[in-house]
Amino acid sequence: MLHTLNPCQEQNGGFCFENSRRNAVLESSLSEGTNKAPSARKTGTTIAGMVCKDGVVLGADTRATDDMVVADKNCMKIHYIAPKIYCCGAGVAADAEMATQIMASNVELHMLNTGRPPLVAMVTRQLKQMLFRYQGHMGSSVIVGGVDVTGAHLYSVYPHGSYDKLPFLTMGSGAAAAVSVFEDRFKPNMELEEAKKLVRDAIAAGIFCDLGSGSNVDLCVITDVGVQFLRGYDKPTAKGQREGQYRYKPGTTAVLTKTETPLSLDVVDECVQLMDTE
Amino acid sequence: MLSAQSFGGPGKMKEYHYTGAVENRFSPYAFNGGTVLAVAGEDFAIVASDTRLSEGYSIHSRDSPKCYKLTDTTVIGCSGFHGDCLTLTKIIDARLKMYKHSNNKTMTSGAIAAMLSTILYGRRFFPYYVYNIIGGLDEEGKGAVYSFDPVGSYQRDTYKAGGSASAMLQPLLDNQIGFKNMEGVQHVPLTQEKAVQLVKDVFISAAERDVYTGDALRICIVTKEGINEQTIPLRKD
Repeated sequence: MLHTLNPCQEQNGGFCFENSRRNAVLESSLSEGTNKAPSARKTGTTIAGMVCKDGVVLGADTRATDDMVVADKNCMKIHYIAPKIYCCGAGVAADAEMATQIMASNVELHMLNTGRPPLVAMVTRQLKQMLFRYQGHMGSSVIVGGVDVTGAHLYSVYPHGSYDKLPFLTMGSGAAAAVSVFEDRFKPNMELEEAKKLVRDAIAAGIFCDLGSGSNVDLCVITDVGVQFLRGYDKPTAKGQREGQYRYKPGTTAVLTKTETPLSLDVVDECVQLMDTE
Repeated sequence: MLSAQSFGGPGKMKEYHYTGAVENRFSPYAFNGGTVLAVAGEDFAIVASDTRLSEGYSIHSRDSPKCYKLTDTTVIGCSGFHGDCLTLTKIIDARLKMYKHSNNKTMTSGAIAAMLSTILYGRRFFPYYVYNIIGGLDEEGKGAVYSFDPVGSYQRDTYKAGGSASAMLQPLLDNQIGFKNMEGVQHVPLTQEKAVQLVKDVFISAAERDVYTGDALRICIVTKEGINEQTIPLRKD
């Protein structure tokens, strides 16, 4: 039997704010002691996008920071939404990731419902309606860019739900550094190679001049022919070469006790996964 | 049933008062980042610092070293609030001159350390926001490192890291110089070449993970011959 909604229960969308007052009191008492409430990891980013003659070029740096310590030296900030629509995310890392994944699902469902390829405007509208519903508590700023039947478009959406439609956009903590490069050299209808270089230079400005951005430049070039995802398009910084050897000989770590418990297991499958140690 | 808590009355939501009145006070301090490191050897001392000066998410300068030469046998590294670093080093220079003129001799590293402690404690209730590390040679010509907290507590060490990446560097030095947490390793005394190589390597690692550390590394090597300076480039992002 179908369960219908109890007509006396209010339908609450978004977050439940019942505990906000309790949390505020707890946080103020915590800050007096030695413990701090855990803060959400922000990406402290530089993301940029521009419209060129053949399509859209999106760019992002690859550093994720936890306060002022680098948490990830090579994270991906350009997310897939639809075959020809990609999105760069800045702000709280988890919020940007979840928002774009929800958009990707919704776009797939929409495509199946309407039988049409998606429009960039549709993605932007759904994204802004969702972020507005969360009243800025979802701290993700995104740049949505792509090519659809009406042409190449670029939008930016802010955490509270406002959006801008412009020929070039930058967001994140390095936005000021990146937009200065765009303001200097942007021209409408640029050639693709020149546009790639310009976006790369804008992200590089963020990487060098902003402490929250760093490591490599990722680019995503979207044209009506297809998408080129250029991960690690440029690596303007290199890790210094260490001169000493820091490997430990076996036996350096003291073994205090040893307990061996034989388990009867069979090896079914063996696979090697390389770790990113650089 | 309708929850009575979230409603202040028919058609009204209760006001949520998250914090009290918000007052934005002027802060006399700023944090300008930077890391300093000092290592003492048998007959040498090394004081090293990065050269990045930052504030918030921006960089003020990529060439602002934090090691200051005090005498022919003493170098001080200061990180924290740059304004207080500059004033403190000026005050130390003046006091060194006064001592020289009254006592007709240069201050020794130990004497400078003791003096710095009293200068810092003199401002106990409006401290100099500076993390100091003094590196130099003592009267016997052996390497000496003195590390301080902002209000003047100090002690003599073999090695010490201070500043923004200190928490990343200190455990590594404890392991490589102090041979801590290692079994069956020969405790070889630290040579000057090994120490310089170690200092360069630890700063390369600190620049990877600390956003405030980078640009270049300034190393001052203090020996009885004098003070030798080297500059090595670091990551600029």
